Amino acid sequence: MADLSIDFCGVKSPNPFWLASAPPTNTGDQIKRAFDAGWGGAVWKTLGNPIVNTSSRFGAVNYGSTRMMGLNNIELITDRPLEVNLREMADVKKNYQEHVVVASLMVDTKAEWHEIVHKVQDVGADLLELNFGCPHGMCERGMGSAVGAEPEVLKTIVGWVMEIAKVPVIVKLTPNVGDITVPALAALEAGADAVSLINTVKSIVGVDLDRMVPYPVVGDASSNGGYCGPAVKPIALHMLGQVAHVFPKPISGIGGISNWRDAAEFMALGATGVQVCTAVMHYGYRIVEDMIEGLNDFLDDKGMASAMDLVGKAVPQYKNWGELDMNYHVVADIDPKSCIGCQLCVVACMDGSHQCIHIPGMDDTEKKRRGHVVFPKNVPNIAATAAGAKAGARVPWVHEEQCVGCNLCQLVCPVEGTITMREQRKAPESITWNERVMAGTDLVPGGLDATRKARGLDAE
Amino acid sequence: MSGLDELPTGRLEERMKEKAPLYSRGEAITEANRCIYCADAPCVEACPSDIDIPTFIHKISTENVRGSARTIFAQNLLGASCAQVCPVEVLCAGSCVYNTWGRPPIEIGRLQRYATTTALTQDPALLSRKKRPATGKKIACIGAGPASLAAAGQLALDGHSVTLFEKRRVPGGLNVTGVAPYKLFARDALAEVEFILALGDIELKTGVEVDDAAAKRLLTDYDAVFIGIGLGPDSLLGLLGEGVVGATALIEQLKLDPTLTVDDVGTALVVGGGNTAVDIAHELVLLGVPDVRMIYRKTESVMTGYAHELVAARKHGVRLVENRAPLDVVRDGDKLAGLRTQRMDAEGEQIFPCDLVVMAVGQSRLTGLAAAFEGVQLDDKGRVVVDEATCRTGNAKVYAGGDCVNGGKEVVNAAQHGKLAAAAISASFGAHHG
Repeated sequence: MADLSIDFCGVKSPNPFWLASAPPTNTGDQIKRAFDAGWGGAVWKTLGNPIVNTSSRFGAVNYGSTRMMGLNNIELITDRPLEVNLREMADVKKNYQEHVVVASLMVDTKAEWHEIVHKVQDVGADLLELNFGCPHGMCERGMGSAVGAEPEVLKTIVGWVMEIAKVPVIVKLTPNVGDITVPALAALEAGADAVSLINTVKSIVGVDLDRMVPYPVVGDASSNGGYCGPAVKPIALHMLGQVAHVFPKPISGIGGISNWRDAAEFMALGATGVQVCTAVMHYGYRIVEDMIEGLNDFLDDKGMASAMDLVGKAVPQYKNWGELDMNYHVVADIDPKSCIGCQLCVVACMDGSHQCIHIPGMDDTEKKRRGHVVFPKNVPNIAATAAGAKAGARVPWVHEEQCVGCNLCQLVCPVEGTITMREQRKAPESITWNERVMAGTDLVPGGLDATRKARGLDAE
Repeated sequence: MSGLDELPTGRLEERMKEKAPLYSRGEAITEANRCIYCADAPCVEACPSDIDIPTFIHKISTENVRGSARTIFAQNLLGASCAQVCPVEVLCAGSCVYNTWGRPPIEIGRLQRYATTTALTQDPALLSRKKRPATGKKIACIGAGPASLAAAGQLALDGHSVTLFEKRRVPGGLNVTGVAPYKLFARDALAEVEFILALGDIELKTGVEVDDAAAKRLLTDYDAVFIGIGLGPDSLLGLLGEGVVGATALIEQLKLDPTLTVDDVGTALVVGGGNTAVDIAHELVLLGVPDVRMIYRKTESVMTGYAHELVAARKHGVRLVENRAPLDVVRDGDKLAGLRTQRMDAEGEQIFPCDLVVMAVGQSRLTGLAAAFEGVQLDDKGRVVVDEATCRTGNAKVYAGGDCVNGGKEVVNAAQHGKLAAAAISASFGAHHG
């Protein structure tokens, strides 16, 4: 059994799984139920001047038969009176001392910031999270992502908070910027103890084509909202990876985390802990049981004694493109024992890649008609041997000399494990693009012709 | 006009439930999303009418349901009925790559029904709107079953005038009179006939028997003739008298005749091992006949009836008796008392007491009419000989398709013949538009 507890800016959490500031952390009762279910911490639904919300508020992107692959919302910060939230926060802290309660805050003036920081510290908040991320509604009022996108404003407000903060301060970053490291470094400069990312992505999830109104519909109109859920995970991981390279303090990972594997990936790319919202809105607090169990088994499998050992393990391997080994090469292998003959690999390679997967038994005329440009002489006639394969069914064949090793066939293959990418290095030694440029064998000054010569392509 | 008014209430088929009801929108989209959209898909290869199945299913998943129906109808104007009557288990769905994967295949028939039904409900003029200008050419179709309807529909879309000559009062052929009701109700088959008739200039003449003299007149009055006359009456193997009926005759009755009852039948014997035998046995047991047995002269392993249909029939109580060949009926006075059979696996005879004997051992050929056209040839089994690609007979103006050509296959095979013949007829007029 690995130790799942984490130390986040000196605050102990029984596990790395926190609820993000969102509808699942709206009330003390909800947070108590979440802690009972196993969540290690909760970031309270953002406190500030209570707002009034619209109806409706959420829109979703479904993909195929998958519901809510992405979720969009135009809900604002808490609509409950501050004193009610504070009373409940005090009650939660009193009854759940092992768990982490983070107060998410968003107000306007320096006086308001000082007032609210004092109030949440008085009721026992373990950490503060400054919400500089909300990309809808609040930013129109000069708060939320309006702050996160302006490093100077961000620094000023963080400075106000740091003047009186007695507990660690997290700055929550908006992804709606050109370079996420700019606000991250601004927060660092202003003295923040940690950052959390990403907040939601500015979005419109769809349009009601009968009413000609975007979703979610509010009367006869709508507004842009914040996008979250599994669909944003790749965007979040990228930004996390970037920040992890430059930000020396703890990072709380957010963005589409739905299970232990997602959480492990975020931690490997530099997050000390993670925050979850959409998956809980979809399936409820109960999902944390799987997250705890799965992460535990994973750490045991990898021989890691503590969840903290996982933090940042993949960061050094996230590099610039120019640092990648260009002699690394893979080719596709198709297993006749499990190929079901759907030929999705063939059509994907023909139209989406390099025309190197062939169907046995075709003459050159037929191959040409289908779009092949290289005609290998002997395409092996390999019989499909999957359990229900038809007699005479043939397995597509990869022309290795032409295979660029792009992975596309493997990605479209519906049968896990049927297509594998086999390593077939171009040369034993490693060579990167940057090394080529520095050696003067690629991208030299002097124009396109000069580079062509540098690459030794004069003969062509 | 298509005969919908020829369906009185009180017919036995009304007692039955549909085996595969129409999908709701959500059900259809969920199932469509299960399809992995194969390239060069084996389901297409298995479809006798070459429907681009992955494409029509993909269009359901994108909610382009009219486009989905267009993809289906482009290859098969009887796509709606084929969706329900096709033995998909041995055709498209039977070839689905999911079988190779050890998973249930895509419900292709149900998706096709959803697409065709939904699209025509939304837009009844989906196809007729694209009809070509009138050409002045006239084609006579003899018979108004699936082959003729498929031909007539396409010919009408190509701008020609078509006259259908049907000897029954009701058009639609086997789709109306012969399909097991749990697969397709007569009213739905007739609705499809309505759809075909509305595609263009098509006149339906029912209750008209085309005799030799009339056949000769058709050749002078029309620019081309299509023969789609199906098969003749059930073979009864010489068993006669009360209590003995032909299978297709009985199915026609239970689909159309409100006076038919099987409530007094305790034991029904169905003689035969083909799909018609399995179907009528299954239908009788669903109608409440307590004891239904199939009497087959060979063994299950060589039966021509589909295994999946026999499994379904057995689930409802049908029993198969192997190795018994019918000899004659035993009577108690005038009343049927039993069927005497010859054992095929041992010496001796066996009598099976029963109240009804249904003969499902094949149908005769309607050879006479086809032969009335000069140049039209029949093979040694009485089937009309045609060119495979065009369905043209030995007479350049005469085409034929469906059961009278293939000796009795599926509706989809008849639809394919009708399509090929229509294309060849239009091409012969120099009106082929590719």
